[in-house]
Amino acid sequence: MNTLQKIGLGVFVMALLGFVSAIGWGTYQLTPEMAESHISGEVKREAFMAAAEPLFGQEYGRNFAFVPALKSAFQEGNEEIRNTYAYPSETADWVISSFAEANRYNADQLTSGLAKYLNEDQIQSLRDNTSWMADKEYSDAQALRADLVTKIDELNANVGQSLGFSSSEINSLLFTLTKESSSGVLIESSWMVFLLVFGTGVAGALMYLLPMYRNEPPGIKNHHIFTSAIMNRGWLGIILGTFLISFYVFLYWFPEYLTNWVLLVDPLSRALSGHPASQWFLYGFMYTVVMLVMGIRMMIKYRGNRYQIIRTLSVVFFQTAFAFLIPEILVRLNQPYYDFKNIWPLDYDFFFNWHLSSLIESGSLGIFMLVWGIALIAVAIPVVTYLYGKRWYCSWVCGCGGLAETLGDPFRQLSDKSVKAWKIERWMIHSVLVFAAFMTGLTLYTYFSGNYSPFGIPTGGVQKTYGFLIGSAFAGVVGTGFYPLMGNRVWCRFGCPLAAYLGIVQRFKSRFRITTNGGQCISCGNCSTYCEMGIDVKWYAQRGQNIVRSSCVGCGVCSAVCPRGVLKLENGPESGRLEVGPITIGNKSIELNPNVMNG
Amino acid sequence: MAHIAIIGNGISGVTAARHIRKRSNDRITLISAETEHFFSRTALMYVFMGHMEYKHIKPYEDHFWEKNKIDLKFDYVSSINYSSKELDFQSGDKLSYDTLILAVGSKPNRFNWPGQDLPQVQGLYSYQDLESMERLAPTTKRAVIVGGGLIGVEMAEMFRTRNIEVTFLVREGKFWGGVLPTEEAALVGRHIEEHHVDLRYHTELDAILADENGNVRAVKTKSGDEIECEFVGLTAGVTPNVDFLKNSELEINRGILVDEFCKTNIPDVYAIGDCAERRNPISGRKALEQVWYTGKMMGEAVARTITGTPTEYKPGHWFNSAKFFDIEYQTYGWVRSTLDAQESQFYWEHPDGRKCIKLVFETNGRELIGVNVFGIRLRHVVLDQMLEGEKTVDYLLEHWKDALFDPEFYTDHINEVLAEFNSQFNTALKPQKKSWTRIFSAQKVWN
Repeated sequence: MNTLQKIGLGVFVMALLGFVSAIGWGTYQLTPEMAESHISGEVKREAFMAAAEPLFGQEYGRNFAFVPALKSAFQEGNEEIRNTYAYPSETADWVISSFAEANRYNADQLTSGLAKYLNEDQIQSLRDNTSWMADKEYSDAQALRADLVTKIDELNANVGQSLGFSSSEINSLLFTLTKESSSGVLIESSWMVFLLVFGTGVAGALMYLLPMYRNEPPGIKNHHIFTSAIMNRGWLGIILGTFLISFYVFLYWFPEYLTNWVLLVDPLSRALSGHPASQWFLYGFMYTVVMLVMGIRMMIKYRGNRYQIIRTLSVVFFQTAFAFLIPEILVRLNQPYYDFKNIWPLDYDFFFNWHLSSLIESGSLGIFMLVWGIALIAVAIPVVTYLYGKRWYCSWVCGCGGLAETLGDPFRQLSDKSVKAWKIERWMIHSVLVFAAFMTGLTLYTYFSGNYSPFGIPTGGVQKTYGFLIGSAFAGVVGTGFYPLMGNRVWCRFGCPLAAYLGIVQRFKSRFRITTNGGQCISCGNCSTYCEMGIDVKWYAQRGQNIVRSSCVGCGVCSAVCPRGVLKLENGPESGRLEVGPITIGNKSIELNPNVMNG
Repeated sequence: MAHIAIIGNGISGVTAARHIRKRSNDRITLISAETEHFFSRTALMYVFMGHMEYKHIKPYEDHFWEKNKIDLKFDYVSSINYSSKELDFQSGDKLSYDTLILAVGSKPNRFNWPGQDLPQVQGLYSYQDLESMERLAPTTKRAVIVGGGLIGVEMAEMFRTRNIEVTFLVREGKFWGGVLPTEEAALVGRHIEEHHVDLRYHTELDAILADENGNVRAVKTKSGDEIECEFVGLTAGVTPNVDFLKNSELEINRGILVDEFCKTNIPDVYAIGDCAERRNPISGRKALEQVWYTGKMMGEAVARTITGTPTEYKPGHWFNSAKFFDIEYQTYGWVRSTLDAQESQFYWEHPDGRKCIKLVFETNGRELIGVNVFGIRLRHVVLDQMLEGEKTVDYLLEHWKDALFDPEFYTDHINEVLAEFNSQFNTALKPQKKSWTRIFSAQKVWN
């Protein structure tokens, strides 16, 4: 490491620490105006304003104090709404006693009888909801009371839902209000802080990366990887893993604590889409920046290998243009947010009601997006995968793959190559594909039939479960958080339902294979070690067999690190792709009947 | 059920064991005192450089052996009683066998240099050599490597990854002179120097000098120079590891003498791999072939012989490959360090000096004899088929795109190469398009 690199590393670490510390910057103060502008509904607004009274005018120095206070204001508000609008347990008895005949329902008597116990809204709601009972003959007061109690319980159960804040509403308001309550340097000089944090971070990283291998001839140098503290699960790797995992946990489930980071990119978001930044904009921005910087590293490391350079340019391009910029520009043009390269079932909510509706309601562009998305699934995947293997998507286009191939490249050697891991992988990834297909089937059934619970299975519940388990926990927390612990393709290998689909096509109907070059293999193990998908490449290479595996994403690194020129990714005729030579090519001890082997 | 004992768990012994298992239910015992499990010897350097850990260079997972009913014995054979068919181990154990395969490998050559037994003098062949390099590296500021060959370059590369200075003594005036022609040797030499190795041609080791504690302090060359160093690598070839087999009825010359079926002079005793010396060498080949794939082929052949299908060891066309720091090398057919009388050659080098092609062919019929490529990969089946079909050098060049095995998007340089060839040999060759049909028809012979 030369001096410039040391300075660069120092600058990068300072920027990173500054970025992390930014979470705690600034002060938080909620005003009644903010609450009023964001909370819709008279009942909720009033309840919240009352509960949040102590927050108004109080300045909080840390979000770790402010967010819980805000959260409890919502909970108190809900409590208050329940107290105000829920019917006490005696309500049924009050109603019965107000009737002239205990087994005959009378709406007017109900109103007058309850006046001294309940407020007008409650009485009106009860009257509206029980008026049907007037048409019913009750044998005795007991029977009438039973109907009443059922209805009152039902109404009570719904008070929180219909009048109070739902949990998703609380989450979204927590984020919005916390973000808006911030004041300090992040608001006053947001562009400057943005440049300071991201600008110096990127500059430091480049100062460290660009001089790597300077004055050295091209060639892949995997020196000291297995003695590295970061690349072989050493202390730095564990710290990095913990950081990434925490980042994803906060991003998905506690974004209200990340509002300062979101504020940092607010000006950029406004410049692009005209809207304030959400945590997802922050994520997309960071994702793109990380891929750009680590993409440069990738191209320097593999600089003698044109396949790697072109492939890296491709993933970085698709992330920057398709995943980041185009959707923001679409929003600016009042079109639906759409990533043209994201494909179901990786894009698991493509067929969700809200998404289909938003596309259908967006005119011809929306319809085009719908048709495009379906064409990708039904036409592009089988055809392009037939021609080039799943690599066209997984290591050339996909965003998850793109991050894995750039940020994740230093961790590729950590994937488990055992036969046991392969068994687990096949079960897991195909189960996720079945889960995704089942969930989408339910979704479409509900969309077309209007039945929210076909066969007694709640569509919404299944969607939520999928989103939580697969969409967030697996793809995000495990998928990226575990880079430094289990390698860079954990999600792609064990979880991605799209990879499973592409893999089935690749394994059974494709021209793609990794050709083994005759008898040149010396079983050194570089190919297997650096296979991010955990394929034991040398198992095939040393027996002179081509590698045709559903999981292979075609990154080409096995071929790049092979010291003997044994492996080549190529697309060729399907016939002969799977054949195995029984002995070393070039061994003339054994004469084979070519017809038998090609049968 | 016969019992087949195999001494040596390198590539030869392991290949024999695997192929015997494919073809029979005989009991197989694989014996080694080096490591419990088979590992790839050629990959030891990567462990030192931190590219891999020891577990990564084991070609089979540890459960493989039990699953395939191949017994492993981690012990040293101290003597063999051929008449009672019994092995004596250092541990005191005994093991009787019906058939014995000797696949005992090699050891680095030592030419009786003074000081060659000092503790910091070693070769790079065994797992123990790796351990010892690992132990010595922290106190080594300069290593002197003696003998310009493949292992020497590996050792130089290993030390350079830890910023240890390397002086490389080469007896001849060019690198790996016994094997490489002048142009290729120069290309490799330049590349080694590009990696900041102090490469000294025409320099021979005279003695290794020790300090007062009996540790290496310098080497002395025949021209009288003293080079201070803390480590001496001896990489001037290998010799069969047969000392423990000497002084018995087993016939040994440099290696264990075998016939074309890898049979020794003793019934039911075979020898394969580095340690086997052919009584009648195959034409063009050496009596001792110390290459990874020849061991593999001997293992495949001997497995068939032992399981009832007598099979000669008959390697096809010569091929090999290696890597010198960043430059890969492949060879097919015969390219010798100097041309024979009836041979002509064509040499093309890329302007960056890190890629080249050498074609050797018969002057009269232009039949292809051999190919060397540096920094370029070729397809083994296609080259094998061209040599088998006695194709001309013109044919190879015209079908260069069939033969290329470089990764996608690599520049093929074929137009530059052909332009140079056409002007040298007054031909008008044009490159043909790559044809999968031709490539697959080549493949069919072996598959």
